Amino acid sequence: MSESIHLVFNVDGNNFASAGTASEEVKSKLKMIGISSADIRRVAIAMYEGEINMVIHAGGGEAIVDIFLDRIEILLADHGKGIEDIEQAMQPGWSTAPDDIRALGFGAGMGLPNMKKYTDEFRIDSTVGVGTNVYMTIKFN
Amino acid sequence: MTVYDVIKALDAEEIYIADDGREITSGYAGDFLSHVMGRAPADCAWFTIMNNVNVCAVATLADIALIVLCEGVQPDDNLLAKVKIQGFNVISTKLDIYNAVVAFDRALR
Ligand SMILES: Nc1ncnc2c1ncn2[C@@H]1O[C@H](COP(=O)(O)OP(=O)(O)OP(=O)(O)O)[C@@H](O)[C@H]1O
Ligand SMILES: [Mg+2]
Repeated sequence: MSESIHLVFNVDGNNFASAGTASEEVKSKLKMIGISSADIRRVAIAMYEGEINMVIHAGGGEAIVDIFLDRIEILLADHGKGIEDIEQAMQPGWSTAPDDIRALGFGAGMGLPNMKKYTDEFRIDSTVGVGTNVYMTIKFN
Repeated sequence: MTVYDVIKALDAEEIYIADDGREITSGYAGDFLSHVMGRAPADCAWFTIMNNVNVCAVATLADIALIVLCEGVQPDDNLLAKVKIQGFNVISTKLDIYNAVVAFDRALR
């Protein structure tokens, strides 16, 4: 497999029930091509946290995924409100999730820390009022 | 220990069982979904009172083996529909989380 597998998903910002669909599809793709379950789990968790963040905090967005022989690269791109202070957003426990979202079990402020923990490379570019790009790379062991 | 063993140990109601032979090696208790994603080990039983549709996505993606709804909580309609489509194991127990975990731990040993 010298070429990569390129996948693009539209993440619907208005549908909580379908949140996670992109991550679930990537998970089954990785399973199909024989990636280890430990690596798949890291990818699935990191991508789901990013996907659900786009739904909750940015009104949806796009997930662009490239799978290579030795790694997966994920870009989560949205045109939401952006993140004012990325360092603060990365703090475990920091959350601006409203009460109705907390009632669903979100808002612990652990999503971004989880994404950092489970990835090998992690970067956020964000501009207030323009949107947020989250870049993640996970190397297959 | 299997899903079947947990059902017996907790005298639990079967909400939906996709594979009652699935092996369970540990447990995790909590309701904040990102705590679950960050800390629950693969192949665990997850004890929670959260019953919305996102519970299934979290459990599936984190390779959790069994969802244990405590305090007699039932899944909401969206969650029930999704676990049936995805084929996920869900049970409900009248026990509170503490007592459910105690009974589970006794059976696990
Ligand atoms: N795509 C995004 N667009 C705008 N703001 C974001 C985005 N992702 C994260 N944030 C901001 O960063 C904060 C921290 O995100 P993080 O995922 O760590 O926690 P959370 O989503 O609030 O709660 P949890 O992930 O534990 O359910 C969010 O509360 C939000 O303010
Ligand atoms: Mg989050």
